[in-house]
Amino acid sequence: MNYDVAIVGAGPAGMSAAIRLSVLGASVVVIDEQPSPGGQIWRGIERNGDSPIFPVLGADYQKGQALTVAFRASKAEYLPSTQVWQIEDDWALFLTTDGKARRISARAVLLANGAQERPVPFAGWTLPGVMTVGAAQILLKSGGMLPEGRVWIAGAGPLPLLYATQLLNLGGRISGYLDTSISPRLATLARLPRAWRDVAGLVKGIGWLRDLRRNGTMVRGFTDLRAEGDKKLEHVTWEAAGRRHRVEADILLVHEGVVPRIHETLALDCAHDWNDEQGYLAPKLDRWGETSRERLFVAGDAGGIGGWTAAIVSGEIAALGIAGRLGVASDIDLSRRQARLDQRRARALALRPFLDALYPPPRSKIADDVTVCRCEEVTAGAIRAAARRSPADPSAVKAATRCGMGPCQGRQCGYSVQALLAEVHNMPVGDVRFFHIRPPLKPVTLGEIASLENAEDPS
Amino acid sequence: MMVWVNGVETPAWKGETVASVLLRVPDAGRTSPVSGNPRLPYCQMGVCFECLAIVDGIASTQGCLVPLRPGMRIESQRGPRRIFR
Repeated sequence: MNYDVAIVGAGPAGMSAAIRLSVLGASVVVIDEQPSPGGQIWRGIERNGDSPIFPVLGADYQKGQALTVAFRASKAEYLPSTQVWQIEDDWALFLTTDGKARRISARAVLLANGAQERPVPFAGWTLPGVMTVGAAQILLKSGGMLPEGRVWIAGAGPLPLLYATQLLNLGGRISGYLDTSISPRLATLARLPRAWRDVAGLVKGIGWLRDLRRNGTMVRGFTDLRAEGDKKLEHVTWEAAGRRHRVEADILLVHEGVVPRIHETLALDCAHDWNDEQGYLAPKLDRWGETSRERLFVAGDAGGIGGWTAAIVSGEIAALGIAGRLGVASDIDLSRRQARLDQRRARALALRPFLDALYPPPRSKIADDVTVCRCEEVTAGAIRAAARRSPADPSAVKAATRCGMGPCQGRQCGYSVQALLAEVHNMPVGDVRFFHIRPPLKPVTLGEIASLENAEDPS
Repeated sequence: MMVWVNGVETPAWKGETVASVLLRVPDAGRTSPVSGNPRLPYCQMGVCFECLAIVDGIASTQGCLVPLRPGMRIESQRGPRRIFR
């Protein structure tokens, strides 16, 4: 099949771009890994409307209904439960749905594939019983599943606070909260005047904290978090005030912010910028969301973390940019002004500089015994040893240790390898590059490749 | 609805994924092909690959991306793949 535009991801950015491009008359296909639209923020939104958990998920979640309905009503073709495992120049996308592969082509591609939680290795993070806060919230959104037993949360950022509040409101219990955030410094507070434009957002955050303190232990100012147990989580331990603390735990939920999904843009050799404050790479974008590669656009958190309201706006902006590039719309600048897209984006991002300064990524040294690569079980010590024998290049570490060669293809260990190389070679993290990302983007079976018809462009 | 987990008939509800079943059925998770240690789903959003399972005979399926269907057969993926059986 040939389309004007292929959009990868059916979250806020992908849906809003699809709606606008369809209205402008472009033929659009939206490809998404998930079985229903909404992305991670609005996971299960179509099914949850009459569920008892719907009111508890909050206003930000409920707002997803309108956009999802508009997306379903649009002319865009929607391919759910579909993985994109290869993207080739000019543009060919290789997809798999239900074990069957196919190739489609598009004149422009919009990557709206969102974010992932920042992987932060610590001792015991591979034990059953340890998972991310995002994962726990997805379980809540996709079946009303609540964690049982002694539940501990460790981390920082708005998401753990939001999830903890949702859990308490549904009658769940939290044994304790290990807050890894740093106390606000002067530099953080200096960001507030701009942030105060979004008073509602700030008040919400304060409310969450208050609820949490009333329900369970709050631990601050600790180091060396460890999950311990034989074959599954049994204890959480940490160091504070010169001694080791140890509590019984069945579930430990961790979260240290989110980072853009960059495997696709890295594989396509797009130029990227290093965001030093938040410690992530993001594709370099022009004012329409176009990458360094012509007719390849990025919108939403995949282009830098901004949250769902900013994602909707950047999806609309990218839609106009693509329409301009393909000649399906003229005077896109006028449309941009009329829809007040820049003002809406500025408002959506008002609180972001404050949040970014308040929640920097953890920069503590990873202990030698900690597993960094979950797939191939490579420790920080083994990576350091390899790094000492090689140039500051993740490929050398990969070849020496198999780190990054497992099924996740560096999605969990990439940034940690970068940080360890920077530490050993005494250079800024941003000067060490990420792994080379090679095809396929997702595991694909030989059977799927064999099932491929028209692997070459028939036209 | 009912699904089969390692040959045992198991009740499941609509909206659940394979990964969610791996979490709540005892000893249903995979084991690492490197050390053999048990693992359970970690991220639920397709980036950690800890939820790999054999779903209707297809190995290394990302369980968090697959909604349950009645009668689905889920088997734990244990250790490294063997080429010869």
